[in-house]
Amino acid sequence: MDIMEYIWAFIIGGGICVIGQILLDTTMLTAPRILVIFVVSGVLLQALNLYQPIVDLAGNGATVPLPGFGYNLAQGAMEGAEKGFLEAITGPLENAAAGIGVAVAFGYIVSMIFTPKSPKR
Amino acid sequence: MPTRINIDGGKEQEKNNARKKKEIAKAYGRYAKQFTPRPRYLANCLKAFFTGGAICTLALAAQNYLTGSRGLSQQDAGTYVTIGLIVIAQLLTAFGVFDVIAKFAGAGVIVPITGFANSMVAPAIEYKKEGPVLGAGAKLFTVAGPVLVCGITSSMVVGIIYWFIERQAG
Repeated sequence: MDIMEYIWAFIIGGGICVIGQILLDTTMLTAPRILVIFVVSGVLLQALNLYQPIVDLAGNGATVPLPGFGYNLAQGAMEGAEKGFLEAITGPLENAAAGIGVAVAFGYIVSMIFTPKSPKR
Repeated sequence: MPTRINIDGGKEQEKNNARKKKEIAKAYGRYAKQFTPRPRYLANCLKAFFTGGAICTLALAAQNYLTGSRGLSQQDAGTYVTIGLIVIAQLLTAFGVFDVIAKFAGAGVIVPITGFANSMVAPAIEYKKEGPVLGAGAKLFTVAGPVLVCGITSSMVVGIIYWFIERQAG
């Protein structure tokens, strides 16, 4: 049972990445557009209650890829909606506050400290 | 009369020129295609699958460690794992290692939250010479901005729709 959890995380997480790779290789979509598509599709899938089963099955395999970020936002909105209008509006960011906050603050500090490096090819 | 003929001739010539240009462009396209490497679909997909899967599995292992040995709740552990992935990805970006990994793994590291973290730091470092506000501060959001805007907008609409349904039902 325990090992199955890891296998599902690997398969679902890898599978979502393969979808991204196929989009990158076969369409003219740039990486930012693909990121947007993934996040919005995560929001829409969770809005239709379709993403929760994937999360229940694969755990971090479903929450670590970007659709999981959209799922997180939508889940906050839907949980908040049960309490009231204001909670429905604050819910998405409340759920994602830690991730967004750290990404902004730590990203800013890191980019102020480090100088640009040309990648080794 | 002669002027009219002239104009017609000019038009004809223009048409000819345009046709010639199009043909040249087409020929160039065919020529360039011979040298453009076709993406190796299968190899790229396999690389993306294994790196993406590995990241998710490691995240799950970290999550299970936090909930098991440290006794954190599932939600708190998930938050810590997300924070950890973001911090690691941003540090790797700053050291110039992320590019090397991304070159190999492609979508395998772009689609997980690591790609989101990388997309913030990479342009911010690149443009830091333009100043701390309009350079690093603004460029932090060249990619993350649209992602956040679309994600927050769509989820807020979902929340309001759910609230409306809830109110109608209750």
